[in-house]
Amino acid sequence: MTKAGGGTKQPPHKSGQKSGLVKGLNNPMKDVREALMVGRNSEGKLVRRPISPHLQVYRPQISSALSIFHRITGCALGAGTLLLTLWLVAAASGDAAFSAVQALLASWLGLLVLIGFTAALFYHFCNGIRHLFWDFGKGYELPDMHRSGYIVLGATVVLTAGFWVIGFLVW
Amino acid sequence: MDPMNANDPRVHIMRSQLGRARGLGAAKTGVGHWWAQRVTAIFLLPLCLYFVGSVLALEGADRARMAAYLGEPWNAVLFLLLTGALFYHLALGLQVVVEDYVHKESSKLTTLLVLNGLIIFCALACAVSVLKLAL
Repeated sequence: MTKAGGGTKQPPHKSGQKSGLVKGLNNPMKDVREALMVGRNSEGKLVRRPISPHLQVYRPQISSALSIFHRITGCALGAGTLLLTLWLVAAASGDAAFSAVQALLASWLGLLVLIGFTAALFYHFCNGIRHLFWDFGKGYELPDMHRSGYIVLGATVVLTAGFWVIGFLVW
Repeated sequence: MDPMNANDPRVHIMRSQLGRARGLGAAKTGVGHWWAQRVTAIFLLPLCLYFVGSVLALEGADRARMAAYLGEPWNAVLFLLLTGALFYHLALGLQVVVEDYVHKESSKLTTLLVLNGLIIFCALACAVSVLKLAL
Protein backbone atom coordinates (compact mmCIF):
# COMPACT_ATOMS: atom_id res chain seq x y z
CA MET A 1 0.00 0.00 0.00
CA THR A 2 1.24 3.46 -0.75
CA LYS A 3 0.91 6.26 1.71
CA ALA A 4 -2.09 8.43 1.05
CA GLY A 5 -1.11 11.80 -0.32
CA GLY A 6 2.52 10.85 -0.75
CA GLY A 7 2.30 9.14 -4.10
CA THR A 8 4.81 11.30 -5.91
CA LYS A 9 6.35 8.30 -7.66
CA GLN A 10 3.07 7.34 -9.25
CA PRO A 11 2.12 8.65 -12.63
CA PRO A 12 -1.05 10.75 -12.64
CA HIS A 13 -4.26 9.24 -13.96
CA LYS A 14 -4.69 9.47 -17.67
CA SER A 15 -7.79 8.75 -19.66
CA GLY A 16 -7.76 5.23 -21.05
CA GLN A 17 -5.47 4.01 -18.29
CA LYS A 18 -6.30 0.56 -16.94
CA SER A 19 -6.04 1.50 -13.28
CA GLY A 20 -9.16 0.78 -11.26
CA LEU A 21 -10.47 -1.76 -13.73
CA VAL A 22 -11.52 -5.26 -12.81
CA LYS A 23 -11.30 -8.31 -14.97
CA GLY A 24 -14.71 -9.02 -16.44
CA LEU A 25 -15.72 -5.39 -16.16
CA ASN A 26 -14.72 -2.86 -18.76
CA ASN A 27 -15.78 0.14 -16.77
CA PRO A 28 -14.34 1.45 -13.54
CA MET A 29 -16.26 0.30 -10.49
CA LYS A 30 -18.48 3.09 -9.33
CA ASP A 31 -19.76 1.59 -6.13
CA VAL A 32 -17.89 1.23 -2.87
CA ARG A 33 -19.57 -2.13 -2.31
CA GLU A 34 -17.98 -3.50 -5.47
CA ALA A 35 -14.54 -2.66 -4.15
CA LEU A 36 -15.26 -4.87 -1.15
CA MET A 37 -16.14 -7.88 -3.30
CA VAL A 38 -12.52 -8.76 -3.92
CA GLY A 39 -10.73 -11.77 -2.43
CA ARG A 40 -7.72 -14.00 -3.02
CA ASN A 41 -7.76 -17.45 -4.61
CA SER A 42 -5.60 -20.35 -3.38
CA GLU A 43 -2.62 -19.02 -5.37
CA GLY A 44 -2.86 -15.69 -3.61
CA LYS A 45 -4.06 -13.93 -6.73
CA LEU A 46 -6.68 -11.22 -6.29
CA VAL A 47 -10.01 -12.19 -7.84
CA ARG A 48 -13.59 -11.06 -7.66
CA ARG A 49 -15.55 -13.09 -5.15
CA PRO A 50 -18.32 -15.21 -6.65
CA ILE A 51 -21.82 -14.00 -6.05
CA SER A 52 -24.05 -16.60 -4.43
CA PRO A 53 -26.34 -18.49 -4.78
CA HIS A 54 -25.54 -19.57 -8.38
CA LEU A 55 -28.93 -21.13 -9.00
CA GLN A 56 -27.79 -22.77 -12.24
CA VAL A 57 -25.20 -25.00 -10.52
CA TYR A 58 -27.15 -25.88 -7.38
CA ARG A 59 -29.11 -29.12 -7.17
CA PRO A 60 -32.64 -28.28 -6.01
CA GLN A 61 -33.01 -29.13 -2.34
CA ILE A 62 -35.91 -29.13 0.11
CA SER A 63 -34.46 -26.04 1.83
CA SER A 64 -34.21 -23.91 -1.30
CA ALA A 65 -37.46 -25.27 -2.75
CA LEU A 66 -39.46 -24.40 0.38
CA SER A 67 -37.79 -20.99 0.52
CA ILE A 68 -38.76 -19.98 -3.00
CA PHE A 69 -42.19 -21.54 -2.45
CA HIS A 70 -42.73 -19.18 0.49
CA ARG A 71 -42.12 -16.27 -1.86
CA ILE A 72 -44.29 -17.70 -4.64
CA THR A 73 -47.22 -18.37 -2.27
CA GLY A 74 -46.76 -14.87 -0.82
CA CYS A 75 -47.16 -13.36 -4.28
CA ALA A 76 -50.10 -15.67 -5.05
CA LEU A 77 -51.80 -14.61 -1.81
CA GLY A 78 -51.19 -11.01 -2.86
CA ALA A 79 -53.21 -11.71 -5.99
CA GLY A 80 -55.73 -13.50 -3.78
CA THR A 81 -56.36 -10.32 -1.78
CA LEU A 82 -58.05 -9.03 -4.95
CA LEU A 83 -60.65 -11.79 -4.44
CA LEU A 84 -61.07 -10.80 -0.79
CA THR A 85 -61.58 -7.18 -1.87
CA LEU A 86 -64.06 -8.23 -4.55
CA TRP A 87 -65.99 -10.36 -2.02
CA LEU A 88 -66.24 -7.59 0.61
CA VAL A 89 -67.00 -4.80 -1.89
CA ALA A 90 -69.72 -6.93 -3.51
CA ALA A 91 -71.25 -7.63 -0.11
CA ALA A 92 -71.29 -3.91 0.64
CA SER A 93 -72.65 -3.03 -2.80
CA GLY A 94 -75.89 -4.97 -2.94
CA ASP A 95 -77.69 -8.30 -3.27
CA ALA A 96 -77.20 -8.66 -7.03
CA ALA A 97 -73.45 -8.01 -6.90
CA PHE A 98 -72.98 -10.33 -3.93
CA SER A 99 -74.95 -13.18 -5.50
CA ALA A 100 -72.92 -12.82 -8.68
CA VAL A 101 -69.61 -13.01 -6.78
CA GLN A 102 -70.81 -15.95 -4.65
CA ALA A 103 -71.88 -17.78 -7.81
CA LEU A 104 -68.51 -17.02 -9.44
CA LEU A 105 -66.64 -18.38 -6.41
CA ALA A 106 -68.86 -21.48 -6.28
CA SER A 107 -68.26 -22.29 -9.96
CA TRP A 108 -65.70 -24.97 -10.85
CA LEU A 109 -63.13 -22.37 -11.85
CA GLY A 110 -63.83 -20.38 -8.70
CA LEU A 111 -63.49 -23.46 -6.51
CA LEU A 112 -60.22 -24.39 -8.21
CA VAL A 113 -58.85 -20.90 -7.53
CA LEU A 114 -60.11 -21.05 -3.93
CA ILE A 115 -58.49 -24.46 -3.35
CA GLY A 116 -55.19 -23.05 -4.62
CA PHE A 117 -55.72 -19.95 -2.47
CA THR A 118 -56.31 -21.97 0.73
CA ALA A 119 -53.33 -24.23 0.00
CA ALA A 120 -51.10 -21.16 -0.52
CA LEU A 121 -52.50 -19.58 2.65
CA PHE A 122 -51.88 -22.65 4.81
CA TYR A 123 -48.39 -23.14 3.35
CA HIS A 124 -47.41 -19.49 3.90
CA PHE A 125 -48.96 -19.66 7.39
CA CYS A 126 -47.02 -22.80 8.43
CA ASN A 127 -43.74 -21.80 6.79
CA GLY A 128 -44.15 -18.33 8.30
CA ILE A 129 -44.20 -19.92 11.77
CA ARG A 130 -41.00 -21.76 10.75
CA HIS A 131 -39.46 -18.40 9.77
CA LEU A 132 -40.48 -16.88 13.12
CA PHE A 133 -38.72 -19.73 14.95
CA TRP A 134 -35.58 -19.00 12.90
CA ASP A 135 -35.91 -15.33 13.89
CA PHE A 136 -35.68 -16.49 17.50
CA GLY A 137 -32.50 -18.39 16.60
CA LYS A 138 -34.11 -21.83 16.82
CA GLY A 139 -34.13 -24.71 14.36
CA TYR A 140 -31.07 -23.83 12.30
CA GLU A 141 -29.42 -27.28 12.46
CA LEU A 142 -29.80 -29.03 9.09
CA PRO A 143 -31.68 -32.12 10.41
CA ASP A 144 -34.06 -29.82 12.36
CA MET A 145 -34.51 -27.61 9.31
CA HIS A 146 -35.31 -30.55 7.05
CA ARG A 147 -37.71 -32.02 9.60
CA SER A 148 -39.56 -28.72 10.08
CA GLY A 149 -39.74 -28.40 6.29
CA TYR A 150 -41.48 -31.75 5.92
CA ILE A 151 -43.76 -30.90 8.86
CA VAL A 152 -44.78 -27.70 7.03
CA LEU A 153 -45.56 -29.67 3.85
CA GLY A 154 -47.57 -32.25 5.80
CA ALA A 155 -49.45 -29.60 7.78
CA THR A 156 -50.31 -27.74 4.57
CA VAL A 157 -51.84 -30.86 3.03
CA VAL A 158 -53.73 -31.75 6.23
CA LEU A 159 -55.06 -28.21 6.82
CA THR A 160 -56.09 -27.71 3.18
CA ALA A 161 -57.80 -31.10 3.06
CA GLY A 162 -59.44 -30.45 6.43
CA PHE A 163 -60.74 -27.07 5.29
CA TRP A 164 -62.34 -28.47 2.17
CA VAL A 165 -63.77 -31.53 3.92
CA ILE A 166 -65.51 -29.16 6.35
CA GLY A 167 -66.35 -26.82 3.47
CA PHE A 168 -68.05 -29.50 1.37
CA LEU A 169 -69.83 -31.02 4.37
CA VAL A 170 -71.30 -27.65 5.34
CA TRP A 171 -72.25 -26.92 1.73
CA MET B 1 1.12 -4.51 -4.62
CA ASP B 2 1.40 -1.72 -7.13
CA PRO B 3 -1.93 0.07 -7.19
CA MET B 4 -1.41 0.98 -10.82
CA ASN B 5 -1.10 -2.69 -11.83
CA ALA B 6 -3.65 -3.37 -14.54
CA ASN B 7 -4.34 -6.85 -13.13
CA ASP B 8 -5.09 -5.58 -9.64
CA PRO B 9 -8.86 -5.77 -9.28
CA ARG B 10 -8.94 -3.53 -6.23
CA VAL B 11 -10.38 -0.09 -6.55
CA HIS B 12 -8.37 2.55 -4.76
CA ILE B 13 -10.70 4.89 -3.03
CA MET B 14 -9.21 8.10 -1.72
CA ARG B 15 -11.12 8.06 1.49
CA SER B 16 -10.13 7.79 5.13
CA GLN B 17 -11.16 4.72 7.16
CA LEU B 18 -13.36 6.94 9.32
CA GLY B 19 -15.05 8.40 6.28
CA ARG B 20 -15.65 4.94 4.88
CA ALA B 21 -17.11 3.68 8.15
CA ARG B 22 -19.42 6.70 8.32
CA GLY B 23 -20.49 6.15 4.73
CA LEU B 24 -21.30 2.49 5.31
CA GLY B 25 -22.54 2.68 8.88
CA ALA B 26 -25.96 1.99 10.30
CA ALA B 27 -28.63 4.52 9.47
CA LYS B 28 -30.57 3.37 12.57
CA THR B 29 -33.70 2.89 10.52
CA GLY B 30 -32.69 -0.23 8.59
CA VAL B 31 -34.47 -2.70 10.86
CA GLY B 32 -37.83 -0.94 10.74
CA HIS B 33 -38.97 -2.88 7.67
CA TRP B 34 -37.78 -6.20 9.16
CA TRP B 35 -39.60 -5.57 12.43
CA ALA B 36 -42.83 -4.48 10.75
CA GLN B 37 -42.81 -7.63 8.62
CA ARG B 38 -42.46 -9.84 11.73
CA VAL B 39 -44.97 -7.95 13.88
CA THR B 40 -47.62 -8.07 11.14
CA ALA B 41 -46.81 -11.78 10.62
CA ILE B 42 -47.44 -12.51 14.31
CA PHE B 43 -50.70 -10.50 14.20
CA LEU B 44 -51.75 -12.41 11.10
CA LEU B 45 -51.38 -15.86 12.69
CA PRO B 46 -54.55 -15.64 14.85
CA LEU B 47 -56.27 -13.29 12.37
CA CYS B 48 -55.85 -15.79 9.51
CA LEU B 49 -57.30 -18.60 11.60
CA TYR B 50 -60.22 -16.29 12.45
CA PHE B 51 -60.62 -15.42 8.76
CA VAL B 52 -60.61 -19.09 7.72
CA GLY B 53 -63.21 -19.81 10.41
CA SER B 54 -65.32 -16.85 9.23
CA VAL B 55 -65.21 -18.02 5.62
CA LEU B 56 -66.42 -21.48 6.68
CA ALA B 57 -69.14 -19.91 8.83
CA LEU B 58 -70.26 -17.66 5.95
CA GLU B 59 -70.12 -20.37 3.29
CA GLY B 60 -73.08 -20.00 0.97
CA ALA B 61 -74.40 -17.09 3.04
CA ASP B 62 -76.59 -14.44 1.46
CA ARG B 63 -75.86 -10.78 1.87
CA ALA B 64 -78.16 -10.35 4.87
CA ARG B 65 -76.34 -13.03 6.85
CA MET B 66 -72.99 -11.52 5.95
CA ALA B 67 -74.20 -8.08 7.07
CA ALA B 68 -75.48 -9.61 10.31
CA TYR B 69 -72.11 -11.31 10.87
CA LEU B 70 -70.11 -8.12 10.31
CA GLY B 71 -72.73 -6.21 12.31
CA GLU B 72 -71.29 -7.86 15.40
CA PRO B 73 -68.74 -5.31 16.64
CA TRP B 74 -66.07 -7.95 17.38
CA ASN B 75 -66.29 -9.33 13.88
CA ALA B 76 -66.08 -5.88 12.32
CA VAL B 77 -63.04 -4.99 14.46
CA LEU B 78 -61.30 -8.28 13.66
CA PHE B 79 -61.97 -7.84 9.92
CA LEU B 80 -60.57 -4.29 10.07
CA LEU B 81 -57.50 -5.55 11.95
CA LEU B 82 -57.10 -8.32 9.38
CA THR B 83 -57.34 -5.78 6.54
CA GLY B 84 -54.68 -3.54 8.09
CA ALA B 85 -52.20 -6.26 9.00
CA LEU B 86 -52.73 -8.20 5.78
CA PHE B 87 -52.22 -5.33 3.34
CA TYR B 88 -49.32 -3.87 5.34
CA HIS B 89 -47.62 -7.31 5.39
CA LEU B 90 -48.32 -7.65 1.65
CA ALA B 91 -46.82 -4.24 0.85
CA LEU B 92 -43.66 -5.05 2.82
CA GLY B 93 -43.30 -8.50 1.25
CA LEU B 94 -43.89 -7.39 -2.33
CA GLN B 95 -41.43 -4.53 -1.83
CA VAL B 96 -38.67 -7.05 -1.06
CA VAL B 97 -39.60 -9.17 -4.06
CA VAL B 98 -39.55 -6.17 -6.41
CA GLU B 99 -36.25 -4.92 -4.99
CA ASP B 100 -34.72 -8.37 -5.52
CA TYR B 101 -35.71 -8.75 -9.16
CA VAL B 102 -36.17 -5.27 -10.64
CA HIS B 103 -32.77 -3.64 -10.86
CA LYS B 104 -33.34 -0.62 -13.08
CA GLU B 105 -34.02 2.28 -10.75
CA SER B 106 -36.84 3.84 -12.78
CA SER B 107 -38.65 0.50 -13.31
CA LYS B 108 -38.23 -0.38 -9.64
CA LEU B 109 -39.69 2.92 -8.49
CA THR B 110 -42.58 2.72 -10.95
CA THR B 111 -43.40 -0.88 -9.97
CA LEU B 112 -43.33 -0.07 -6.26
CA LEU B 113 -45.49 3.02 -6.68
CA VAL B 114 -48.09 1.14 -8.75
CA LEU B 115 -48.15 -1.85 -6.38
CA ASN B 116 -48.40 0.32 -3.28
CA GLY B 117 -51.15 2.39 -4.88
CA LEU B 118 -53.09 -0.78 -5.70
CA ILE B 119 -52.56 -2.15 -2.19
CA ILE B 120 -53.77 1.06 -0.53
CA PHE B 121 -56.78 1.11 -2.87
CA CYS B 122 -57.72 -2.50 -2.02
CA ALA B 123 -57.13 -1.96 1.70
CA LEU B 124 -59.42 1.09 1.73
CA ALA B 125 -62.05 -0.73 -0.36
CA CYS B 126 -62.05 -3.61 2.14
CA ALA B 127 -62.17 -1.33 5.18
CA VAL B 128 -64.99 0.84 3.80
CA SER B 129 -66.97 -2.25 2.78
CA VAL B 130 -66.61 -3.79 6.24
CA LEU B 131 -67.67 -0.52 7.87
CA LYS B 132 -70.65 -0.14 5.52
CA LEU B 133 -71.82 -3.68 6.32
CA ALA B 134 -71.19 -3.20 10.02
CA LEU B 135 -72.82 0.19 10.54
